Amino acid sequence: MRDLGLRFVRHNLFWPTLALVLLLLLNLTKTPDFFSLRVQDGHLYGSLIDILRNSAPTLLIALGMTLVIATRGIDLSVGAVAAISGAVACTYMAGSPDESTAGRAIIAMTMAVGVAVLLGVWNGFLVSVLGIQPIIATLVLMTAGRGLAMLITDGQITTVNNSLFGKVSTGFVVGLPIAILIALAVFAITAVLTRRTALGMLIEAVGINPEASRLAGVRARTITWTVYVFVAFCSGIAGLMIASNTSAADANAAGLFIELDAILAVVIGGTSLAGGRFSLTGTLIGAMFIQTLATTIPTMGIPAETNYLFKAVVVIVVCLLQSPKARAALSVRRPSSLLAKGATS
Amino acid sequence: MSAQAPTIKDLGSSLPDAIRRFTPPPRFYPVLATIALFIGMFGAGSIRYEGFSSPQTILSVLVDNSFLIVLAVGMTFVILTGGIDLSVGSVVALSTMIAASTLRSGWSAPLVIVTVLLTGSVLGLLMGLVIHYFEIQPFIVTLAGMFLARGLCYVISLESIPIKNGTFTSFASGTIEIGDYFITPSVVVALVVLVIAAVVLHMTRFGRTVYAVGGSEQSALLMGLAVAGTKVGVYVISGFCSALAGLLFSIYTLSGYNLGAVGMELDAIAAVVIGGTLLTGGSGLVLGSAVGVLVLGLIQSFISFDGTLSSWWTKITIGVLLLAFVLIQRLFTRRTT
Amino acid sequence: MIQMTAEAAEATRTEPVVQMSGVSVSFPGVKALQSVGLTLRAGEVHALMGENGAGKSTLIKALTGVYSIDEGTIIVGGEPRTFHSPAESQAAGISTVYQEVNLCTNLTVAENMLLGREPRSFGRIDTRAMNRRAGETLTRLGLDIDPKSQLGTHPIAIQQLVAIARAVDIDAELLILDEPTSSLDADEVAKLFEVMRTLRAEGVAIVFVSHFLEQVFAISDRMTVLRNGQFVGEYLTAETTQLQLVQAMIGRELETLDKIEQAAEEHTVKTQGAPLLEVLDLGRKGSVESVDLQVFEGEVIGIAGLLGSGRTELARLLFGADTPDRGDMRMRSKGTKLRTPRQAIDHKIAFSSENRRSEGVIADLSIADNMVLAMQASRGWLRPIPARTKDRLVKKYIEALDIRPTDPNALMRNLSGGNQQKVLLARWLITEPELLILDEPTRGIDIGAKAQIQQLVADLAKDGMSVVFISAELEEVLRLSDRLVVMRDRRKIDERANEDVTVSDVLEIIAGEVRNDA
Repeated sequence: MRDLGLRFVRHNLFWPTLALVLLLLLNLTKTPDFFSLRVQDGHLYGSLIDILRNSAPTLLIALGMTLVIATRGIDLSVGAVAAISGAVACTYMAGSPDESTAGRAIIAMTMAVGVAVLLGVWNGFLVSVLGIQPIIATLVLMTAGRGLAMLITDGQITTVNNSLFGKVSTGFVVGLPIAILIALAVFAITAVLTRRTALGMLIEAVGINPEASRLAGVRARTITWTVYVFVAFCSGIAGLMIASNTSAADANAAGLFIELDAILAVVIGGTSLAGGRFSLTGTLIGAMFIQTLATTIPTMGIPAETNYLFKAVVVIVVCLLQSPKARAALSVRRPSSLLAKGATS
Repeated sequence: MSAQAPTIKDLGSSLPDAIRRFTPPPRFYPVLATIALFIGMFGAGSIRYEGFSSPQTILSVLVDNSFLIVLAVGMTFVILTGGIDLSVGSVVALSTMIAASTLRSGWSAPLVIVTVLLTGSVLGLLMGLVIHYFEIQPFIVTLAGMFLARGLCYVISLESIPIKNGTFTSFASGTIEIGDYFITPSVVVALVVLVIAAVVLHMTRFGRTVYAVGGSEQSALLMGLAVAGTKVGVYVISGFCSALAGLLFSIYTLSGYNLGAVGMELDAIAAVVIGGTLLTGGSGLVLGSAVGVLVLGLIQSFISFDGTLSSWWTKITIGVLLLAFVLIQRLFTRRTT
Repeated sequence: MIQMTAEAAEATRTEPVVQMSGVSVSFPGVKALQSVGLTLRAGEVHALMGENGAGKSTLIKALTGVYSIDEGTIIVGGEPRTFHSPAESQAAGISTVYQEVNLCTNLTVAENMLLGREPRSFGRIDTRAMNRRAGETLTRLGLDIDPKSQLGTHPIAIQQLVAIARAVDIDAELLILDEPTSSLDADEVAKLFEVMRTLRAEGVAIVFVSHFLEQVFAISDRMTVLRNGQFVGEYLTAETTQLQLVQAMIGRELETLDKIEQAAEEHTVKTQGAPLLEVLDLGRKGSVESVDLQVFEGEVIGIAGLLGSGRTELARLLFGADTPDRGDMRMRSKGTKLRTPRQAIDHKIAFSSENRRSEGVIADLSIADNMVLAMQASRGWLRPIPARTKDRLVKKYIEALDIRPTDPNALMRNLSGGNQQKVLLARWLITEPELLILDEPTRGIDIGAKAQIQQLVADLAKDGMSVVFISAELEEVLRLSDRLVVMRDRRKIDERANEDVTVSDVLEIIAGEVRNDA
C-alpha cells in the first residue's frame, strides 16, 4: 500500500496534477458551484467546460510545442502563424460571393491550415537544413508574421458571417463544445502519431543525445523538420479557433503571447526545455493549469491583469525544480522524473 | 615526424598561407554593412521623396528612437555574452509606471529617477544570478522576468497615469538646436549611454571579459577571468538600460502605461542583430546596434513619407532584414569554425 | 642541449616546484585517481604518460583546481595548497595550455595573451601598451606573430603557441602542456620544442602530455606513467627505452581467459575470394593518412596502436561517422561512398563508439528503446517495430547477453558501464550486420562483463560475421583477432596474420624498434 502511494507521488505528473487540483479547489472556496455542470438545450455548460474551451487554442499549440521542445528546439512564431491562419480564412471568406456557405468555410479553413503548414516547412528548413538556432530562426517569422497577417487583412479587422466557421469555437456536437472536441482530437492524433509510431521515441532520442542518435542512423534532420511543420499545423488550427471565436481576424491581437503560454504549458507539464523525454498529458495539464489560473485570479477578487505575476512565479518555481543546481542548493528530494531530466542538461 | 632533429624554421613562413585560407573577418565588416544599408536606404528615400534628404529626417529618427538605442545598448551587452534578455520591454513599461505613480504621489524627480534605475538594475541582478548560479537558460529566466515586470505594472495601477511633473515635462518639451535642425535632450542621453558603453566594452577589463565569455565561456573560465561577475553584470546593465529607456519613454509619452512597450524587446533584439552582433555571442559593436536602431527608424520614416505604404511593411521589412543578417551570420560562422 | 640537461640535473637537487602525493579523486561511481604522486622540478620537462582513462587529465585538473581532491597533499613552493579554481592556481604560478586551444578566437592575439592582466592607465586598458607587451613576449619566444591580429585568423598551431605565450606572460613557475602537439605538423612541433627549451633554460618546470613517443623522448627529462588511475612509476628519460615505456603504459592483464582463446583458435577463416569490405587509400586530413584494408567474411581484424595512432579515426571513417576526403571503398566488390552513418548501416555495417556515454547511450530512454534504436531508425518512424517483435528481440538479447537489470523498461542511465555496453552491442546485433566495428568495447567495464563480450565477439565471428576489433589492451586484441593491424602516427605501419604473435612483438612494433612493412 505504501509502495503504491510512493509510486503515485513519484509519477511524472504528480506535481502538475496536484497543482491543478489545488487551484481548482481554491475556486470552490469562492464559487461553491464551481464543479457543477448543467445541461441547457442539450448543451453542456459549467465553469470546467469554460476552462476547457478557453484553453483549447493554447493546448493545441502547446502539443506541437512539446514535440519541438523535445528535440531541444523552440518555436516563437506560433502566435504569428495563428494570426496568419485566421487572416487567410477570414479574408478568403469575406472576399467570396457566397461568404456564408459551409463549402466556403471548409475551403477557407483548408487553405488557412495549408498556409500554416507551409510556414512550418519554412521554419523547419531554417532550423534543420541551414542549422540556424531555433530561437533565432523562428524569431524571423515571429516578427514578420504579424506584418504578413496585416498584409492579408489589409490592416482591417476582417469580420465574416459564416455559421459553420463560427461553430469552430462556439458550436456544440453531442452536447460538447466543438473547440474542446477539436483540441482533444488533435491531442489523440498527436498521441497516436508519437506513441503508436516510432516518432516519439526517435524525437526523444534526438533530443537526449543528437550525436548518439546520428551514429545509430536516425534521420535527425527529417525528424526536426517534421516537428516544426506539426507545430505550425497546430498553430493554424488554433488560429482558426481564435478567429472563429469573434468571427473576425485581428492580425494584431490574435494569438498575441500565445507562444509564451504554450511554452509555459509544456514546462509545467514536466517536459524539460533541455529536450528529451516529453509528456503530452503533462502538456494537457499544463495548458489547463494556465487557463484555470486565468479564471481563478478574478474569482479570488484579484485584478485579472496580475495574472502575469503569478505566471512569473510559476515559471520560476518550475524551473528551479528542474535545475539540478537549484535542487542541490536546496537539497530537496524531488520525484525521480525531474531528477532524471536535470541530469541530462 | 622529425622532432628529434628540429629544423629551425620560422612559423611565419606559413602565415601567408594562413591568410589565404582564412579571409580575416575584421570586426568592423558587419557594422560597415549596416551603415551601408542605412546610407543606401537614406539615399533611396532622398531620391523618391521630397524632403527626405533633410538631415532632420535622421535627427527625427534619433528623437523618436532614443529610448530604443538605450535599450539596444543594454541588449548588446547580454547578446555579446551569448545570452538574451526578453524582459526589457516589460521593464520599460514598469519603469514608466513607477515613474508616473511616484511622481503623482509627489516624489521629487531625482528621487524618482534613482528609484526607477535601481529597480531595473535589481531586476537584472536577480535574473543574472538565477541564470548563472542555477544554470537555467536565459530565455526562460528573462521570460519570467518579462511576466513579473508586466504583472507589477498592473499591481501599481490598472490605468495609465499621466505625468505632470515639471522636470519631466520641461525635459520632454526641451529641444537642442543645431543650426536649422533640432534634437531633444533624450537623444543626448542616448548618445552619452552609447559612448559610455563603447568605452566600457573596449577599454575596461569587464568589457573585454564580456567578449571573452561570448567567444568561449569555457576558455574564459580556464583563463581565470571573472566569468560569474561578468555574466551577472551584463543582466544588471541590461536592467539598468531598460529602466533608463523606460524613463526616456515616459518622457516621450509623458505617461505611465502598463500596456506600453509591448514587443519592444523584439525591436531591440532585431536592432542588435541588424547591427551585426552575432546572436551566439562574442562579436559585435554597440555602434552597430545604434545604427541598427536607425535602420529600423528609417523604415518607419519611409512609410510615413510614402503615405501609400501600409504600416505592416515595417514588420515585414524588419523580418526580412533579420533573415538576411541571420543568414549572413550563419555563413560567416560556418566559415570560421 | 647538453648544457641544458646538465642544468636540469642540477635542478633535481633543488626543492621541487610542485609535489603531489597520495592524491585520490573520485566521481560518482568511479575512482579516477588512486593515491597518485607527481614531483615536478624547476628547469625540467616532465612527461606525463598513460593511455585513455589512465588519469592524466584528472591529475592535471586536480592540480590546477578544476577538480577538488578527496585525499592527498599538493605542495607548491614548499607549502601545502588547495586550489579551488584555475584562477587560484594561476595566481600561484601554475599555468595550463590545453589540447583544445582554450582561448577566444574572436579576440586579438594580444588580448588573448593578457586578458585579465591588461596594462591600464587611469582605469582604462592601455591598448598600445598591451600590444607592445604582447609583442615583446612573442619576440622573446622567437615568434613572429602580429599581436593586433585576430586570433581566429591564425592556424591552430599558432593559436597553440599564443596560448603558451599567455602562460609565459603570467611568469609561470610551472607550465602544463596537455597534448599541445596533437594537431601540429613536424615544423610546428619543432617550433614548439624550441620555445619549451627556452623556457626550460629559464628555469620553468614543464609538464608535457603527449601520445607521440618520439616527441616525449626528444624533449622530456623525466616521465611519470599512470595506468587506470594508478601510479606506475617515475623514470628518467635517458635511462628508459621506448619499449619499457610502452610496457609501463599498457601493462599486462593477468586474467587468463582460456575458453575464449580456445574458441578463437578453433576458428579458422578463409581469406580467399572477394573480401567483404575493401578500402584503398582511405584517409582524412588530420585524422588518418592513406590506409588500405581488406576485411573477409567471418574474420576478426584486430587494430592495435596507442591513443592518437589513428585507430579510432579509421573506425569512424569505415562507418561514415566522419567523411573521408580520399580513397575508395568497396563493399561486396561494389564501389560505395559512406558519407553518413545511415549509409553505412544500409550497407550492413555497425559501429560501437569508444565514447559510450556521449556517442552511444541515450541515457533517458529505456533499455528496450536503446536496443531497437538503430533498427527502428532504418525502418523509419512510420513503421514502428511491432510490440511483439520488439519484446521478443529485447528479451532475447537481455538473456543472451546477460544484461542486468533484466527489466526492459529500466532507464539506460541507471545501468553499469558493462551493461550499457551490452545494450549497445545488442542495438547493433539486432540490425544483423555483416561487419561489426567495435572501438574499445571493453573499456571501463568489470572483468566479468569483459569476458562475456570477448566470448560474444568470438561466437559472432564463428557464425560468419566480420568484426573490426579495437582495443588498447593488446592481450584482448591478440586473443580475438585473426589478423592484426598496427597503427601509429595516423598510419597503418604493420599488418600480419595473428599466428604466434606475442604482446611483446606488438609492443616492439608500436615502439618502432622493429620496422616490418610486410
